[in-house]
Amino acid sequence: MFNIPLFPTEASTTASRVDLLFFALMGIIVLFTTLIFVGVIFFSIRYRRGSRASRKGATSENMKLELAWTIIPLCITMGIFIWASKLYFDMHVPPKNAMDIYVVGKQWMWYIQHPEGNREINTLHVPLGKPVRLILTSQDVIHDFFIPAFRVKQDVIPGRYTTEWFQATKLGEYHLFCAQYCGTGHAQMVGTVIVMQPWEYEQWLAGKSSGVTMSSSGEQLFTQFGCVTCHRSDNTGRGPTLVGLFGKKVLLQTGQTVVADMDYIRESILDPRAKVVATYQPIMPTFKSQIDQAQLMQLIEYVKSLGGSQSASKGNKK
Amino acid sequence: MSTSGSENHTNYLNDGYGVKSWLLTTDHKRIAILYMISITLFFMIGGFFALVIRLTLLSPNGTLVSADTYNKMFTMHGVTMIFFFLIPSIPAVLGNFLVPMMIGARDLAFPKLNLLSWYIYVLGGIFTLSAMVLGGVDTGWTFYTPLSSGYSHTNVVPTVIGVFIVGFSSILTGLNFIVTIHKMRAPGLTWFRLPLFIWAHYATSVIQVLGTPVIAVTLALVGFERITGVGIFDPNIGGDPILFQHLFWFYSHPAVYIMVLPSMGIVSEVVTCFSQRKLFGYRQMAFASMAIAVFGFLVWGHHMFVSGQSVYAGMAFSALSFLVAIPSAVKVFNWTATLYKGTIRFNTPMLYAFGFIGLFTIGGLTGIVLATLPVDVHVHDTYFVIAHFHYIMVGGAVMGYMAGLHFWWPKITGKLYPEGLAKFSALTLFVGFNLTFFPQFILGYLGMPRRYHIYPPEFQVLNVLSTAGASILGLGYIIPFFYFMWSLRKGKVAGNNPWNAKGLEWLTPSPPPTFNFDKTPVVTEEAYAYPEEDLAGG
Amino acid sequence: MDNEQLTHETRSFVAHQFDDLEQQKEAGTLGMWAFLATEILFFGGMFMAYFVYRFSYPQVFAAASQYMDVALGGVNTGVLLVSSLTMALAVHAAQEGKRKQIILFLIITMVFGTVFLVIKGVEYHHKFVEHLVPGFDFHYEGAEPGKSEIYFILYFIMTGFHALHLIIGIGVLTVIAVMTARGRFTKEYYTPVEISGLYWHFIDIVWIFLYPLLYLIHVHK
Repeated sequence: MFNIPLFPTEASTTASRVDLLFFALMGIIVLFTTLIFVGVIFFSIRYRRGSRASRKGATSENMKLELAWTIIPLCITMGIFIWASKLYFDMHVPPKNAMDIYVVGKQWMWYIQHPEGNREINTLHVPLGKPVRLILTSQDVIHDFFIPAFRVKQDVIPGRYTTEWFQATKLGEYHLFCAQYCGTGHAQMVGTVIVMQPWEYEQWLAGKSSGVTMSSSGEQLFTQFGCVTCHRSDNTGRGPTLVGLFGKKVLLQTGQTVVADMDYIRESILDPRAKVVATYQPIMPTFKSQIDQAQLMQLIEYVKSLGGSQSASKGNKK
Repeated sequence: MSTSGSENHTNYLNDGYGVKSWLLTTDHKRIAILYMISITLFFMIGGFFALVIRLTLLSPNGTLVSADTYNKMFTMHGVTMIFFFLIPSIPAVLGNFLVPMMIGARDLAFPKLNLLSWYIYVLGGIFTLSAMVLGGVDTGWTFYTPLSSGYSHTNVVPTVIGVFIVGFSSILTGLNFIVTIHKMRAPGLTWFRLPLFIWAHYATSVIQVLGTPVIAVTLALVGFERITGVGIFDPNIGGDPILFQHLFWFYSHPAVYIMVLPSMGIVSEVVTCFSQRKLFGYRQMAFASMAIAVFGFLVWGHHMFVSGQSVYAGMAFSALSFLVAIPSAVKVFNWTATLYKGTIRFNTPMLYAFGFIGLFTIGGLTGIVLATLPVDVHVHDTYFVIAHFHYIMVGGAVMGYMAGLHFWWPKITGKLYPEGLAKFSALTLFVGFNLTFFPQFILGYLGMPRRYHIYPPEFQVLNVLSTAGASILGLGYIIPFFYFMWSLRKGKVAGNNPWNAKGLEWLTPSPPPTFNFDKTPVVTEEAYAYPEEDLAGG
Repeated sequence: MDNEQLTHETRSFVAHQFDDLEQQKEAGTLGMWAFLATEILFFGGMFMAYFVYRFSYPQVFAAASQYMDVALGGVNTGVLLVSSLTMALAVHAAQEGKRKQIILFLIITMVFGTVFLVIKGVEYHHKFVEHLVPGFDFHYEGAEPGKSEIYFILYFIMTGFHALHLIIGIGVLTVIAVMTARGRFTKEYYTPVEISGLYWHFIDIVWIFLYPLLYLIHVHK
């Protein structure tokens, strides 16, 4: 009970960089607050009514002073802005070798799928020292995947994919919170992030695995829903082939091109007529009512497994 | 100039006693009193919700009220405090009372419109209150879609109707001020002779007129979405829930300045009066108010750094948010410099003004933390944000309101409040406030999310501290309520100008006559023209 | 503004809070312009939503706009433009202090306003019969019913708020006409007529934007 933490654990590569910036800001805050407080207190005592301090030469204009206290804070904030933007950018771009884990938020739980086929609820197992990219979506309202110890947070939005990445640097169990208010059970939409040694993680994957990877689940769905009858591997079907598609540019009927990223594939399954590939007919029906968010992610993982350009797989577009 | 010294002069308070003479009045001073009573009522309601919130958070298990009740409590706390207390607080009460008097006018440009604003406010209040009585609303005061539009099962529609309606009260007040300040200044009262209080209200009015319609229409869209079941923000049919956030914050960020700008105006009045000194950097202060109003419209995206908006949009909004901090900093520096070589008295309004300067400095600087992208990613939607905006809105806006209320109470009522007790309660407020909200900065950085009624046990001690502080804070609000009431009957007679203050409002008797001035005053000097050297002891 | 209870102060047209007629006129005019600024932002919010979706789903919006009755919308545009003309004539008559003419033109303006509303009502009825009112048994034959529904709900909200403004405008003109009949205005003081005219023209201008944006998307394509 009396173990009162005053500062959060730093458990990711990002955490220490964010904290450094935070401490710099704290320094500035303490400096300016002290300046103001000391100024106010000193002047009010020295120039209190009845004090004999000289009031000679009091002015109410001093352009140099005004410029100084406009320009100096401006320079300080712009310096911080540059520092912060660099870090923010890094926090947005995952390393090339990051492993993907898929997360669906729904009122009021987190459903997590590892590409190897492991599924977990409100718990996220990750290996130490390896960059992990989370691919997030929501089944209902907006949620937010927040791991304080890693200093990462990202809104989880229905109808699109967002991503966040981290690289854990410390073994242990950490809080996972939903940070975007999502209704009655918001405060219970919490969980644990467990950082394990990479070999332990492998063991855990193998031990808990259903034996069916996400992409093979996706392949099953692909057959089950009859996708395979039109989207053949050799481009002879009524729909375009999906082999080598992922991350490539696609020419549409309208003459525009889009990159076949996760959002595109998702949209093409749920709303096939929105972006029809050139030379094909808009004959595909929607699968909106038959497929849930978790299955969609399996299908995407399957399409990814058919090859393409991995680097373009960022979900965070717009 | 025009003053009749007699104690029993005809004034706005004894010019008719019937209920009708109040409810059908077009006198800006009486309307100000009507507003004062109504916002105090909403402040109490909002305060009650805060009490339930703090009591629930005493325990990490959230056993006092159910999850649903708790969610309703913080939603209704936000809705009442923001739309029904803070936004109308200074403009509709003190602004209404003082804007015409400070510029030497007999009334606002459109007195009937002013009364209409109050009725609109009441109507909006009735909708929102009935939504609360009939079971409440649980979307958070931010009404984020699709939670508000499709998933919440509570009284969202009457609540948004209430907020929609009350918005027009705010718009009409702002419109009235703009026209009044432009067209009805006394002879000789040029723009750069205006008190900063007027500049602040001018800047505020611009935001009210240009910002409020956007939230009105946005909430109307949410209402239509709920009524028809078809949504503009519904991702299921291709709608964009993030669009709502853009529209919402386009108003709701500038709304923060609606709350704090008038407070800054009050601090300028109080600091100069109790330093008996001209305001340092008058023009910079005036420009800073306008700059805040203008830049305030360009920073809404800093509420959305983790919403999935593009990295570049995030950077642009971050840079602009840093910029908007500069005029606020300039203001704080100028107030401090005004004290230099002044003749300082420590009356209650001055203590509140000091409180404002200190707390606003902390609130503003922690705002810099939130504008810093990577740090915001961590503290967004945590208690850090809660602490920050309470430092601005309670530490800033409400402290300023209290400063103004004490400063002009003698003018409004003709009576003095008891100084000793008032100083004590100002101190209580300051201590209670810091004890309530400072621990929340730490909680926030630790990662405690906002809107949680159940939380990990290691956060309990800080939460208990915060609740303890809140009880002191509550006391600090209750004491003034009683001594103000007491002073109405028993307070010493104030006289025209108890503080030896400058400004046209102090030339007329207290309480002022119905048409403020017997003869329109003519202004020949700049604002705050306190004698150059008030020799020590003066 | 009428200030019956304050007539002890002055029997002229100057309300008690103003020094002279000039100040009162300027205040009235500035007040209306400030109000129109509010109105622009009010419609601005809706236009913002419109543009976001129009640029996201250009084909869908173009296709859905084919269900609009371009002819009826065109007639309505004409009706409103003519009403703006008659409104301007009413203001002109006020400048010359011709009371009967003011009332006549105000009535004509209101009649045109009502015609607009009737035609709008007919259009709404057609949409209802064709199941194109979102939330009321909406059924859309074309591609992308969901996104088209966004188009239709925006159509109804935007034109609905416009119609509401027009109804308020007719109410305002009624008051102005009655005040004119009672001799509240002279050659020297007719600001209320003038600023009601500003409001009426504003409503007209909003429609000038709504018509092409909602009815003519496919024509443009």
